[in-house]
Amino acid sequence: MTRRLLILAGLLALAACKREQREVRLDPPALDALDQVALMPNGIGGAPPDVLPALGRPYETNAYQLSQGKRLYGWFNCTGCHANGGGNVGPALMEGWWRYGPDVQSIFASIRDGRPHGMPAFKDKLTTEQIWQLAGYVQTIGTYAAKTAAPTRNDEMQSRPSESRGPAGADIAPPSR
Amino acid sequence: MVVLTPFPHALFALDLSRPGAPVKWRFVPEADGGAEGLACCDTINAGPVIADGKVYFNSLDGHTIALDVATGTMVWNVRTASLDRGETLTGAPLIADGKIFIGNSGDDFGARGWIAALDAQSGHELWRRFSTGPDDNVGIGPGFQPFYAHDHGQNLGAASWPPSGWQHGGGSVSGTILFDPVLHLLFHGTGHPAPWNPDQHDGDNKWTSGLFARDPEDGMAKWFDQIDPHDLFALGSAEPGLAIDRDWHGAARHLLIHPDPDGYVYVLDRANGQVLSAAPFTTVNATRGVDLATGELRRDSNRASRFGTMTRDVCPGWPGATAAHSAPSADGRLLFIPVSRLCMDMEARNVSYIEGTAFVGANVRAKSPADGLRGALVAWDIEAAKPVWTVPEPFPLAGGVLALGGVVFYGTLDGWFKAVDAESGRTLWQFHAASGIIGDPIAYRGPDGRPYVAVLAGLGGSFGMVAKSSIDKRDATAANGLANALQDLPEPSDPSGTLYAFGLP
Repeated sequence: MTRRLLILAGLLALAACKREQREVRLDPPALDALDQVALMPNGIGGAPPDVLPALGRPYETNAYQLSQGKRLYGWFNCTGCHANGGGNVGPALMEGWWRYGPDVQSIFASIRDGRPHGMPAFKDKLTTEQIWQLAGYVQTIGTYAAKTAAPTRNDEMQSRPSESRGPAGADIAPPSR
Repeated sequence: MVVLTPFPHALFALDLSRPGAPVKWRFVPEADGGAEGLACCDTINAGPVIADGKVYFNSLDGHTIALDVATGTMVWNVRTASLDRGETLTGAPLIADGKIFIGNSGDDFGARGWIAALDAQSGHELWRRFSTGPDDNVGIGPGFQPFYAHDHGQNLGAASWPPSGWQHGGGSVSGTILFDPVLHLLFHGTGHPAPWNPDQHDGDNKWTSGLFARDPEDGMAKWFDQIDPHDLFALGSAEPGLAIDRDWHGAARHLLIHPDPDGYVYVLDRANGQVLSAAPFTTVNATRGVDLATGELRRDSNRASRFGTMTRDVCPGWPGATAAHSAPSADGRLLFIPVSRLCMDMEARNVSYIEGTAFVGANVRAKSPADGLRGALVAWDIEAAKPVWTVPEPFPLAGGVLALGGVVFYGTLDGWFKAVDAESGRTLWQFHAASGIIGDPIAYRGPDGRPYVAVLAGLGGSFGMVAKSSIDKRDATAANGLANALQDLPEPSDPSGTLYAFGLP
């Protein structure tokens, strides 16, 4: 009985590991297909590439991919314009209001192709997969619903966790000083 | 009267001779919206300048434009700054000697600072000198005579940097450019070295965070005084200050009075760059005074920003103890300084130079000082080097000061336009505008012969952008950390700009 339980627990643990899975190298055809975003004519919304759901939307749900995105956020100077989500030269990302669409393919297109009013294009600086990682992470900055994988707005210089990590519906007041 | 709005710019000419000052003409230049992503400190502009029947202004997206002031028709439009290199234009042109002098902004985007002279008739570029790099780029030749020993040497604009660091080294000329007809010299400041992370710009980082005197004919440097070598807190010295001729301890001298973002008022002899006096006008803990014999700024090593550490409670904090225009009293005895009393925590982080993105490398959280008074108007006795009176303000003063007769005018971020007595600092009159004020008040005599004071209200700039809807104040590092210290900055009741003109008795 104990043995069976152990095996069951082991299987369950393995199943839970999908969010921790590290896909370090994608099949080249899958990688190519990841670039095929079908946006609406205004450059917003539309459909993500078919391969994304087929892969299980790893860039929005997988801890490894999200944390890679978080590292890229710092390395590619996103912080310089969007701060740690609160905005500066660029708009805030954490308020959950997206000028160019909240879905991950819109965010992907914003990073890849840039947007008017100053958002530069990163298509020559990042690989397609890196842009997806970054887009997945950027979406979590403005997400107020819980995610199974943690990375979200950077807690840099804060004395409290970011809003999306608090209990659901908790209204966290701004710091007093 | 000519009024320039923030980017995307519109220039309005108002006919003051008719009731209600109707718009006589308006001019809207073509605009490259990409410039908004390069405006470190909001899309503001120091304003247009009128001379010889023309009005000149710089646009954020890198054009210098001349119009006929009577009709608003364009005379010429030249591209002078490159957005691709992170350069923008926010300063006002200076017109002197048949030339137009302009300088760039873009320290936070790794742009290399420069000053250029254009021909006023054609817009043709006459010369351009950089703030970093080899001597021939900077305009350093045999005529360069800096007062202090540490500014002597060959190619210091490249040698005082890590290899190739000067190519993205900042030192922009975003402040006012002064022309001195007596000594026939130009004076301008240079901005901070880039990036903010000081461990990525080892060395003295010449010729950033200092003051230049140049020959207006060819731009060659006469002297340079580095106010803040290896600037640790990205404060820079963009505003040169005021050229005043007056007695200095009994002898008549040509002075340059320079209130610096580092919290000191520097009094320099503007003929040779010698620092005659340097005294703090606000709370300063990052440095411990200036050695007048060597010109050296004494740092407090406990408050030195370093990579990988959090440096707490640095005063003054970004964007510095004063970031707007001071004004002298009529007799040249007092200086009225608009002060920010904010401090900051700063964490230096590594950053890579990527064209068109912010080159900062720091997390910053601005803080109120212990007493909660984040701003002040300080009346400063120039010769005695001490304050005469101080008007405390709840918010930092982001706009300039106008001193007229015995009255000092200034605006506040929470929308008050105040007039105080120049002798005592007592409030004589105040008016609540529809928006915060970050502009400089001006005085003029109207066509009816009556004197007026005018000010443009409209919230923006480094401080004012905290109130913008695109900033989320829950992130302490938003708006370069100012979101943290200005949580209670009221949103303007009217988000657009309003021009107020007040008749004087």
